Amino acid sequence: MNQRPLSPHLGVYKFTYTMSLSILHRITGIAASVGFFLFAWWLMALASGPGAYASAMRLLSTPLAKLLLVGFTFSFVYHFCNGIRHLVWDTGHGLERAQARRSGAVVIVAALLITALVVWLGCAALTAPGAP
Amino acid sequence: MSLQTPLGKVLGKGSAGEGVGHWWMQRVTAIALIPLTVWFAIGLLGRSLQSYEAVRGWLGQPWVAVFTILLIITLSWHSRLGIQVVIEDYVHGKAAKNTLLLLFTFVHIAAAAAAIFAVLMLALS
Repeated sequence: MNQRPLSPHLGVYKFTYTMSLSILHRITGIAASVGFFLFAWWLMALASGPGAYASAMRLLSTPLAKLLLVGFTFSFVYHFCNGIRHLVWDTGHGLERAQARRSGAVVIVAALLITALVVWLGCAALTAPGAP
Repeated sequence: MSLQTPLGKVLGKGSAGEGVGHWWMQRVTAIALIPLTVWFAIGLLGRSLQSYEAVRGWLGQPWVAVFTILLIITLSWHSRLGIQVVIEDYVHGKAAKNTLLLLFTFVHIAAAAAAIFAVLMLALS
């Protein structure tokens, strides 16, 4: 083995809450990718006609599917909000420790509020009368 | 004196041989996704989703179809770039890594093709 110094492993750093936000960005990104495949499947069901769409919506209305949809919604919204935080960082702003902690808190609160709003609107859209 | 070869200078790629293309397209698609996803969510949540006619009637409109297709392309591209980074970070065997990268590239293209085809069917039939 060579004896040159290695890049320090993640474990040597003291854990801070901004790290968990960073990890959550990656996890929610993966979940949002799964959501994209679900979206493609839903569009194909819609294109296949009223019968296929009705069965797809029946499947999406089961309790487990609803729970997953709430999870996908939170994943997408969090990734969206934290993604904007990353884009701001790319301009060189907000990188101080105190600023990054504050913007992290803003992202968490915003993600929870927007998720609640989307879930509420989604429930209304799902239970709205069937006529166009 | 630069140690870069003339070809290296022209291509503008660093020692990893990839340049900033991945990083840049991740940002470009991210910025495009901000208005596209907000617009789509507002539009979709304004319909009664159990009604095939209502959802189809909305998605089939020309401009809605066009921007939904743009959303599909951008979303699949951004997703593909993100999944690529995850695979490159956690899968270390060369064969396994390249197999997974190839697989997820194909899967993303297939899903995007299906989704675009579905929107075109709704808009054109």
